[in-house]
Amino acid sequence: MGKLTIGCFSSLIGSMNLDFAIKLCALALEKGHKVDLWVSGNATMLSIKGQKPFKDYSHLEKPLKELMAKGLNVAVCEACAEARGYHKDNTLEGFKRHSMDWYLASTFDADRVLHIGGE
Amino acid sequence: MATKKLGFIIQRPPYKSENPKLAITHAIASQSVEVYLNEGDLVTADIAFIGDGVLNCKKDQKAMDIYKLTSTETHIKMALLLDLKVLVCKEDLDRFGLTENDIVLNAEEFGGETTVKIVPFSEINKMMEEVNHLLFF
Repeated sequence: MGKLTIGCFSSLIGSMNLDFAIKLCALALEKGHKVDLWVSGNATMLSIKGQKPFKDYSHLEKPLKELMAKGLNVAVCEACAEARGYHKDNTLEGFKRHSMDWYLASTFDADRVLHIGGE
Repeated sequence: MATKKLGFIIQRPPYKSENPKLAITHAIASQSVEVYLNEGDLVTADIAFIGDGVLNCKKDQKAMDIYKLTSTETHIKMALLLDLKVLVCKEDLDRFGLTENDIVLNAEEFGGETTVKIVPFSEINKMMEEVNHLLFF
């Protein structure tokens, strides 16, 4: 089995890229691959806990928690999050907070890197 | 001991989105990646500006004066100071009527020795073939 590193920079609301990234994570984990997910820029919105689920807006907290329980390794860019007022005490449990070098380190032993840029 | 090469391809214009700056800051993060790796292992980052992305290289940017933000120009200089390879596509500069006189070429004021290289797209294509992973911004 391989390792997939996904970097996503698009916002949770206003783009469907994170929805796609989470679905891809799910499929890769299902096939037995190891998956690292890095969120940076506007994608750091994914890390905020307590988001209210409306049917008109992407809401990924539930599938994300399920995937983390299955071994998904998720980290948020700490600087990008702090710049947006997303602090540690408001971060979803299980979400790691790191600097950008974590993402680059994750690519080191990744078989594939899928980088999904921002808007 | 192993080295993984990353290629950061910047194709979006400056200040319209956060992408170009995020590309450069992520590339710069290659300098501190060792803390997560085994001794001797490395991740290197090359940067290439193509398409509208070459506009990021315009010199004399006034982001600090106007937005109170560090300019993309300064980010490029930081990358040069850290000896990252920075390539700029000549054909795309030509398309915008830009020459080497219009873009940031070095970080001499910070003591940097590495310079921006203006190269034909074929050179950037070669770099893209040589790296292990490509990241498009």
